Amino acid sequence: MTAPTTPAPSLFGASIKRREDPRFITGKGRFTDDVVMPGMTHAAFVRSPHAFAIIRSIDTSRASALPGVRAVFTGEQLAAAGVNGLPAGWLLPDIKVPYRPVLSVGHARHVGEAVAVVIADSAAVARDAAELVDVDYEPLVAVADTATALSHPTQIHDIAPDNRCFHWSIGDAAPVDAAFASAPHVVRQRFVNNRLAAMAMEPRASLASYDVAGDELTLYVTSQNPHVHRLIMGAFVLGLAEHRFRVIAPDVGGGFGSKIFIYPEEVVVAWAAKKIGRPVKWTATRSESFLTDAQGRDHVSEAEMALSNDGKVLALRVKTIANVGSGLSLFAPAVPTYLYATLLSGAYAIPAIHCEVDAVFTNTTPVDAYRGAGRPEACYLIERMMDLSAKHLGMSPVDIRRLNFIPAHAFPYQTPVALCYDSGNYEPALDMALTKADYASLLQRQAEGRANGRYIGIGFSTYIEACSIAPSQVVGALGSQAGLYESAHVRVHPTGSVTVYTGSHSHGQGHETTFAQIVADQLGIPMDAVDIVHGDTGKVQFGMGTYGSRSGALGGTSIYMSLQKIKDKAKKIAAHLLEAAEADIEFEGGKFYVRGAPDRAKQFADVTLAAYLGHNLPSGLEPGLEATSFFDPSNFTFPFGTHIAVVEIERSTGHVTLLNYIAVDDVGNVINPMIVDGMVHGGIAQGVAQALWESVHFAPDGQPLNASLMEYAVPRADQLIKYNTGRTVTPSPVNPLGVKGAGETGTIASTPAIANAVMDALSPFGVSHIDMPLTPSKLWTAMNGSTGGL
Amino acid sequence: MAQITVTVNGTTEHHDVEPRTLLVHFLRERLSLTGTHVGCDTSQCGACTVLLDGASVKSCTVLAVQADGASITTIEGIAKDGQYHPLQTAFWEQHGLQCGFCTPGMIMSSIDLLRRNPSPSEAEIRAGLEGNICRCTGYHNIVNAVAAAAEQMRAAATPAHVN
Repeated sequence: MTAPTTPAPSLFGASIKRREDPRFITGKGRFTDDVVMPGMTHAAFVRSPHAFAIIRSIDTSRASALPGVRAVFTGEQLAAAGVNGLPAGWLLPDIKVPYRPVLSVGHARHVGEAVAVVIADSAAVARDAAELVDVDYEPLVAVADTATALSHPTQIHDIAPDNRCFHWSIGDAAPVDAAFASAPHVVRQRFVNNRLAAMAMEPRASLASYDVAGDELTLYVTSQNPHVHRLIMGAFVLGLAEHRFRVIAPDVGGGFGSKIFIYPEEVVVAWAAKKIGRPVKWTATRSESFLTDAQGRDHVSEAEMALSNDGKVLALRVKTIANVGSGLSLFAPAVPTYLYATLLSGAYAIPAIHCEVDAVFTNTTPVDAYRGAGRPEACYLIERMMDLSAKHLGMSPVDIRRLNFIPAHAFPYQTPVALCYDSGNYEPALDMALTKADYASLLQRQAEGRANGRYIGIGFSTYIEACSIAPSQVVGALGSQAGLYESAHVRVHPTGSVTVYTGSHSHGQGHETTFAQIVADQLGIPMDAVDIVHGDTGKVQFGMGTYGSRSGALGGTSIYMSLQKIKDKAKKIAAHLLEAAEADIEFEGGKFYVRGAPDRAKQFADVTLAAYLGHNLPSGLEPGLEATSFFDPSNFTFPFGTHIAVVEIERSTGHVTLLNYIAVDDVGNVINPMIVDGMVHGGIAQGVAQALWESVHFAPDGQPLNASLMEYAVPRADQLIKYNTGRTVTPSPVNPLGVKGAGETGTIASTPAIANAVMDALSPFGVSHIDMPLTPSKLWTAMNGSTGGL
Repeated sequence: MAQITVTVNGTTEHHDVEPRTLLVHFLRERLSLTGTHVGCDTSQCGACTVLLDGASVKSCTVLAVQADGASITTIEGIAKDGQYHPLQTAFWEQHGLQCGFCTPGMIMSSIDLLRRNPSPSEAEIRAGLEGNICRCTGYHNIVNAVAAAAEQMRAAATPAHVN
């Protein structure tokens, strides 16, 4: 083995090609469904075809008799065996938490709910047998609509009158009421924030095996947070001790939030593997993904903004109904509350804000965090309100934003809705975006176009968002049932190479590259000498996983903290070897040397070898060189920026064409600009898709109407354009790397930018608001409705 | 059971298969070529794209028995003599992938796209990849990767077609 002694140039901030890519471009990635075990069996689930029904009986005899079938289990059998329901991971005052069995008991409450499972020698036989399970359902009248769920005569859960899961509020109502009473202008709008499917390309999958000799259960699962899976499934659902339960999330093909949560199928697979003594695999079909993966958004809100004559926002009042679906997914209560209403101040100094939220149960797929998770809903609402207010006052959408921006000198800035923004400087991002868009020319082009029957719209979104929700003590007080820190163990090997065990999980984010950049940069060693290990509870000490754009700020910082401990100890050893005072030792470019005498030096690998030989160490110092850190930050981080969308609506069809998209983001310091740009691109695509195309639809009886890729409008390459990205850099003061988080900015910012652009294009038609998705038929109707036809 | 003979990445294979077996399942489960992925059940996502006698097909929409006698190329078979195919290199260099799940299908479709049109415009690349869904990249860097590979292949006069 070659000792890694060549100093590396500064790698923090460099667009290094990703180290994970060779396996993916050659087909050697290892996703859960790629894993095969001897004696492996396959699970198929029997799913409710009804949105709401009593389960009168389940006859499994024909399924059990099919050759190749090993077992059929129902919810009652699992309950009798001691399998608990799925818990809610965030609790609020007076929240109603219905029992959520992994297989239905008594009732089925959404189409696709797992009612029974068949385990067979092949996936095909398992599916054949699932068709033979005879379930006697008594259908009930279902509730599907968000806005009317509270007044619907059907009550879905006995414990939840009016289908209300919780009522929650934030902010002080009195100053809001006072501001509205005296405000010269009030702008009101009702918004529907459409429900979305996360649609990670890899469907959910799980594979469990039980080792009798070691009494250890191993679960491969498509998870963004394998330790969370282990903790919740082990401690709360299956009653397994953590040291006998290993959860592995290998390569995971995208998550976008949907793979945070604990789902019935992986619990059943894990339990059944031990029960039948064979490995059990289940891989979702895309249809199952649409029916059962937690979905996102689904709010109906009434917003009111009070304004002064000159355009200052005086107060904001919001009432939101949030649909949580048929039962509580793991973090569902946090999304329309602490991840939503706390962001309603946006980038603006708004003196008074009050928001009330009613969360409602419906007979639909559960709703939980999807890329952005609450923040896109807040950003859409506030950014649309800024545009509607500007229009009401006859102001430019740029001027009203600039006027209300929190000034750069006001940070840290305390909002009226609990959060304290860490750092910000909003005008430079706006200015850069305006320059990139060539705004003056755009306005001229728009005016010329209108004169010629061309409808160009320019839309702004001067967003903020909140990443790496923390600190643990605070989120615990607010209802989180978990801590939200992150951990890293850095192990330096005797000849100076390094293995990092991170509690973050990469499912597309590129941690194997960016985290190695941090290590190589700090230790002055080549990236090739650094391995990043994640996604295996059998290897990694602990971790909360990856979501909420938390991995750079928390996972990266915990690695950084361990590296400081490593360097401190190595410095002591170097001083001893160099017979110098520790205070006189410098560490630079992978070399320890005596200040003022750079020739008196030891390479990093010399010191690491000494640490492990133990022959010549400072008195009292333990041999070895490794360190563990848990980083629990003092606050969230708050990325911000300006997105500008330019669209054209075809007058004769209502078709929207994207003409330009400018994204200027400030995500603090950037570890790898190429990777950040890539995340911004993908985020924009998802946010644009919400505004223009995507929406999960249920019929009034709860039947899903577009639960396949034949109907659900995930965007294709020919619907999108190149994105024009830029950055300003305002480091975060809440972590030593100064990073904020870049995984969700695109999704959060782009939806209102597009909606505002479309509404701007429609302004000649006297149209001020249309709910998303802004499909050609809606736009055509709007253009013709107000003009009396073509 | 039906007996089929196929040449996969240059190796001849004889197998008995259930007539209902899809080509993608045959590749993944019988030949352990797990680089070809299944992302949907309606032939929309393109993650399962392979070359069948040189033309791209969605292997979830082909029965294994239909491939009898054919030559199939999967993502595992496009690097030659330890050298990546120019599209593999371009996807890496242009950051054309994030989670990597759609990538094999995206590359296989792009091979066929460049075989049919060695100098595609941006619009032609986008139209050519309309049958492959990516949820991570917003397609920006995928389009750049295909354009970069096209340029590199023209410069090197590398035949786009792989067999």
